[in-house]
Amino acid sequence: MKAAVIVLPGSNCDMDAYHVLKDLLQLETELLWHRETDLSKFDLIVVPGGFAYGDYLRAGAIARFAPAVQALPDYIEAKRGFVLGICNGFQVLTEAGLLPGALARNIDRKFICKSVTLRIENADSPFTHLFKPGETLELPIAHAEGRYFDTPAQLEKLEKNKQIFLTYAEENPNGSVNNIAGIMNESKTVFGLMPHPERNSETLLGSGAGLKFFQSLVYSLEAVHG
Amino acid sequence: MAKLAVAAQHGFSDREYEAICQALGREPNELELGLFSLNWSEHCSYKSSKRFLRRLPTVGKRVLQGPGENAGVLELENGWCVAFKVESHNHPSAVEPFNGAATGVGGIVRDILSMGARPVALLDSLRFGELSDGKSRRLFEGVVSGIAHYGNCLGVPTVGGEVYFEDTYSDNCLVNAMCVGLLKKHELKKAIALGLGNKLILAGASTGRDGIHGATFASEDLLGDSEEKRPNVQVGDPFVGKLLIEATLEAAKLPELIGLQDLGAGGLSTAPPEMAARGDVGLAIDVTKVPLRATSMSPYEIMLSESQERMVLCIKAGSEQKFIDIYRKWGLEAAVIGAVIPECVYRIQQGKKIVAEIPIPILVGGSPEPELDTRQPRYLGSISQKRVTLAKTFDLRERLLSLLRSPNIGSRRWIYQQYDHSVQTNTVINPGEGDAAMLRVKGGKFALAVTMDGNARHVYLDPYEGSKRAVCEAVHNLVAVGAEPIGITDNLNWANPTDPEVYWTFEQAIAGMSAAASALGIPFVSGNVSLYNQSEARKIYPTPVVGMVGYLKDLDKRVPMGFQKPGDLVYVVGKLDGNFGGSEFLKVFYNFVGGELEPIDLNFEKRLIEAMLSLADQKLLRSTHDVSDGGLLVAIAEMTLPKGLGAELRLQLLTEEKLFGEWPSRFVVSVSPKDKNKIESLLGNAGISFESIGPVERTTLNVNGAAISLAELKTAYESALTRFL
Repeated sequence: MKAAVIVLPGSNCDMDAYHVLKDLLQLETELLWHRETDLSKFDLIVVPGGFAYGDYLRAGAIARFAPAVQALPDYIEAKRGFVLGICNGFQVLTEAGLLPGALARNIDRKFICKSVTLRIENADSPFTHLFKPGETLELPIAHAEGRYFDTPAQLEKLEKNKQIFLTYAEENPNGSVNNIAGIMNESKTVFGLMPHPERNSETLLGSGAGLKFFQSLVYSLEAVHG
Repeated sequence: MAKLAVAAQHGFSDREYEAICQALGREPNELELGLFSLNWSEHCSYKSSKRFLRRLPTVGKRVLQGPGENAGVLELENGWCVAFKVESHNHPSAVEPFNGAATGVGGIVRDILSMGARPVALLDSLRFGELSDGKSRRLFEGVVSGIAHYGNCLGVPTVGGEVYFEDTYSDNCLVNAMCVGLLKKHELKKAIALGLGNKLILAGASTGRDGIHGATFASEDLLGDSEEKRPNVQVGDPFVGKLLIEATLEAAKLPELIGLQDLGAGGLSTAPPEMAARGDVGLAIDVTKVPLRATSMSPYEIMLSESQERMVLCIKAGSEQKFIDIYRKWGLEAAVIGAVIPECVYRIQQGKKIVAEIPIPILVGGSPEPELDTRQPRYLGSISQKRVTLAKTFDLRERLLSLLRSPNIGSRRWIYQQYDHSVQTNTVINPGEGDAAMLRVKGGKFALAVTMDGNARHVYLDPYEGSKRAVCEAVHNLVAVGAEPIGITDNLNWANPTDPEVYWTFEQAIAGMSAAASALGIPFVSGNVSLYNQSEARKIYPTPVVGMVGYLKDLDKRVPMGFQKPGDLVYVVGKLDGNFGGSEFLKVFYNFVGGELEPIDLNFEKRLIEAMLSLADQKLLRSTHDVSDGGLLVAIAEMTLPKGLGAELRLQLLTEEKLFGEWPSRFVVSVSPKDKNKIESLLGNAGISFESIGPVERTTLNVNGAAISLAELKTAYESALTRFL
């Protein structure tokens, strides 16, 4: 089993995700330079947080053209493995059309860094199966563009397919529609969320509950690989 | 005469111009004048401050690099080292708050990078006018968003800092940014040029017309026409800053790297000659080799540009392509612009043509130290005599809630929530959770604590004692979280030093800081001086800002600020009596700034710190908070907030002075009842007085019968800044 963390110019949570996968979960993990296009040897690909290409145009709008990101649709289509976008990575995945919707500027237009309470809305996925349905947990957020948005028709579809796996449980910090904090694609292979599970994956940094997301993925992969 | 007029435009006194002519044996051309003006500016040369700065203690067993480099470096354990420095960006932020503050962050991060260290934390010490003033609000919001813009994008957590609002800063806000970096001892780099024929590479962003004469601009008073100075303010690009960090740390691994220096104030006119001075060599650079972002820039513009996100590297001849390839991989420019030459001069060429040539020893460190007088300010005599008549009775609850609502006391959440303080996943004490921020180091058991402090109202009242207090305050904040203070970086923000009264306070402040740091055994390893912080209307308070780093061998022994458990016992530890002088209480309720500042007994202070560190090391402290701004009751209120636990307190003497005086050498702690005897005997043996004031309790803060709900405390505390914004 092998994981990759894509390093885009301006990624700044790449080492944090790497630390969780490699040091805490002892998963074989590589930092994948954004010019690489061969994703075939990886079972999990993480698009990390940061400010890819400075996010100067719109978060993720330029990053979607990075060769490694351009290689993701084929990887997903082939059901080769899982794709996880955290924060800026989530923004990149929506800009690339690999997850529905868009992430707009926070409702009060400011960058927000704080710990928020979240609820697991769907525990029946490779990314969430170690949680109980409805379970709440704390994770840090750190973003200026995290207000999830989509058309009513699309939202209805998301709800119907149970693609919304994570919501803001108490305060909605950014104005996301339906309190959405994390969603997945229909085939449950691509996951995106604004909060940072890698920042609460050790008890030294909080409850450590974020680790369960990564463990869920690893167990899911183990189930496939035996 | 025309030459003299040009010289005056460059900020030279007649005496300095004569010194230049004498040293060169001729009159300088305009480019040479420009080079001199930056190298000899106050900002780069420390010409008015260095005679006093020499008095600061700089040696210690951990010091690997003291003052004189881009940052100070201390050894920790197992080869781990910490590099840190503070730098001001006051003048640019007063004119253009967003970009001024943003580039301040970028600049200090590159200083840490120059030592071969990875930046791991940022802190900011800020000063503005009162928030009731619209201009001050605009500056405040602009500065905070500028810091957020740059630091967040870099992925370096902003974990701490401080802010005060006083009328004295309404024309000159202060923005002091501190960066902390980690490195292994063998990775240490210096800003040096060595070895005949070795090459100079300019890497990072291309060079444009921005920020020309920034350092000179920062070395004069900020007068009414400061809007015209906007072109002097640089514009930062944090994305390029981030790429520059990664590329440079990769390049620093190559054995062919000899020296590394960032381009900050003065750009190419100051950074290379500083490297040459350290290596006792000369440098020749060719301006036609500099990658430009604007067309037809003159040699003068290229040399004086302060375009951001640039580094200069001295490398072994023959290894050029290796370095260029690394920077290109990260999408950055890198070009060979010069070489080390045998003559000890800084030679600027435009192609083959020499357009400037100045002996290095004259250019760097050759500026004559101005003759400046000192005179004790007249205000000091009268202000210490001023007395205030206190109200006969007071409502404790109302007093406390009003103080918590003061912008100088209440929650800084509005600020730190805009800063990414958890990126890099090392922050184990976040803003609001402790007296200092704390970072773990992956792969180690130890932790670093960091703080910035400097209550300038105290320094204004008594420059010597107030500055001692700034050092002790930083020490207390580190000790409160359980960390041993190991080194200081200081930022001295002052008004115009040619005013003898201003200069006197500067000398006194350095003497005070020096006395405290010497007594407590903490070396100064880096620092910055920002003078001329005054307008026609007002001078800033003398404002020393102390940045301090602490070391904690076992991070499991860290101590939080908030009460942890009902039933725990609360103690006041340290100096139990003192006066009111300089307190926020007097300012808020009596609009009074005056009285005497309680002096610090440094012998007692040393014993107190040793006792507190010993208690923390034995894991006897459930929570600790230093008593400072707002005094005892504010400190206790702040301890109730993190976990929402109150206390049932009974104080022996219930005077306003006791509750709200800000005299130093005091902590509030909470301890488990089972440790009562152990703690009391340890403090008793150390000769430290203490007062047991009651238990931690669930729902309210109750002081001698006056009950205040935690919700009320929280609402007041959280509204301190937001009620103005």
